[in-house]
Amino acid sequence: MRTTDSLRTTYGETLVELGKDNKDIVLLEADLGNSTMSKLFAAEYPDRYFQMGIAEQNMASVSAGLSLTGKVPFMNSFAVFASGRAYDQIRSSITIANLNVKICGSSAGLSDYGDGKTHQSIDDIALMQVLPHMTVLSPCDAVETEKMVKAMVEQKGPMYIRINRNDLPIVTNPDEEYHIGKMTQMVDGKDVVIFATGVMVQQSMEAAKILGKEGISARVVNVSTIKPLDTKALEAYAEGMKGVVTAEEHNVIGGLGSAVCSALSKKRVPIEILGVGDRFGTSAENYSILLKHYGLEAEDVAKKVRSVLAYK
Amino acid sequence: MNYSQELVKELQLKAIQVRANILEMIPPGKVGHLGGSSSIADVMAALYFHTMKVNKDDPKDPARDRLIMSKGHAVLVQYACLVELGYFDRSELGKVKTFKGLLQGHPDMDKTPGIEAVTGSLGQGLSVSLGVALGLTLDKSENHVYTILGDGELAEGQVWEAVMASSVYKASNLTAIVDWNGVQATSTTAEIFPIENLVEKWKAFGWNVIEIDGHDMVQILGALDAAKAYKEGPTVIMAHTVKGKCFPFAEGKAKYHNAAMSEEEYKIAWQCIADMRKEVEA
Repeated sequence: MRTTDSLRTTYGETLVELGKDNKDIVLLEADLGNSTMSKLFAAEYPDRYFQMGIAEQNMASVSAGLSLTGKVPFMNSFAVFASGRAYDQIRSSITIANLNVKICGSSAGLSDYGDGKTHQSIDDIALMQVLPHMTVLSPCDAVETEKMVKAMVEQKGPMYIRINRNDLPIVTNPDEEYHIGKMTQMVDGKDVVIFATGVMVQQSMEAAKILGKEGISARVVNVSTIKPLDTKALEAYAEGMKGVVTAEEHNVIGGLGSAVCSALSKKRVPIEILGVGDRFGTSAENYSILLKHYGLEAEDVAKKVRSVLAYK
Repeated sequence: MNYSQELVKELQLKAIQVRANILEMIPPGKVGHLGGSSSIADVMAALYFHTMKVNKDDPKDPARDRLIMSKGHAVLVQYACLVELGYFDRSELGKVKTFKGLLQGHPDMDKTPGIEAVTGSLGQGLSVSLGVALGLTLDKSENHVYTILGDGELAEGQVWEAVMASSVYKASNLTAIVDWNGVQATSTTAEIFPIENLVEKWKAFGWNVIEIDGHDMVQILGALDAAKAYKEGPTVIMAHTVKGKCFPFAEGKAKYHNAAMSEEEYKIAWQCIADMRKEVEA
């Protein structure tokens, strides 16, 4: 049972819960366990916890090897290192072989605000979704994180989950059934649809309120599985809309926006992509400063909606 | 340990058959990794036909030992062994690296029975092997994991990450074998990227190191048994080998790292096989 609004703590606690009965779950860590919260699993099941030191490439290939013996390895690091530092190991050792390895990219996006551009992942979705076989997951709150981690264990195949470092308001419904691939309508609307992922779901829901006051009816859809993208659901949610906006805490190249544009390329509907632009992050004393600086606040989403509605 | 003359002779003949199978895969004009496949052929014959627990009827038998070719480009030598176990039809040898064949240019566990992992991007096989070894240990399995590394491959930093981690986890069910032939893709290792004091390096990283002549069957068998018997941690067998071994036109030459033989060379190669057979049988 979830005890917190923290996505990463929920991630760790859910693995502890699952690990009780499922002895095949093993965790690998590259010395960031206090942040990724893999330390919770380490405390309960030390025999199934592999501290690999600060060596992400080896960790990724060792995960591949463990999966070859039927284990369900979750490898943990910050999103930048989990995806980028070990990219070729993920590509070659894990995804070409279509192995059942789960990769946790923690402190994703700009959420590790103090550490700056080297530690902020604006490219992990792009790197992971371009790999055949790979599933790419991006939960927006702790409730969704819990369901997602359970689904990751139930479903075979390589998967990447990007997890925000900060507590985020709970917006998804604990009682709603979840499966990987599902996208969920958070707010209904009839003028424009906003496809959002991660922290941008909450920002987009706020945007819908702002727009409502202006007489603009915005639908908000939480796209927490970026790959495989449910294109039928995407088309259905976009049907009859005057415009589409995508919102993500990621480079505007290669992320959710790119995936949505590809999926809707045959539809005659204008699309605006909101993201961090094509630029790296920077240090700040809190997360809000970065969301404001990179144009990821509710008002920024609202602006994109107005902009897409102005298309002729 | 003493090994009977019969066993040694049998394995020497197997090693010759393995080299013959390699030739069958790359007739004149067909490019293939002849050099690095034939340098490790004797070790591979000892592993597959004596040391390793393998099940001819089931390549996926859970109670099997595992072999992972970290130097995946030399997979021809692994195919040459697997066909002898009957894991696929001999007709596949002629179709290596073709669209319809089972035998890919680099090891592919989905396509080829008996291949344990995907390798080819160098430097990853030892890490994958460590993962398998850790998994087997969790399962309380007695099975052993073997990894074949190239000496040129040792320039990959990940190899040393895996070397350190294997030592941290005292993975005594893991044995690495370095095909120390001194020649890499474009020239000698001495010229391209000399890594000094290799034996001392492995020792310093906490490994049990055994240095052998990688073409001497008795030494190979002795090293493999010693590696299995060593329970304090992982063992590496540093096997001094000759790239292109047994084919005089190719021995020690980088050109045959990945090349096609001429008609003339191919004839010579088969003559070498015939001569070696005669010699061993005598």
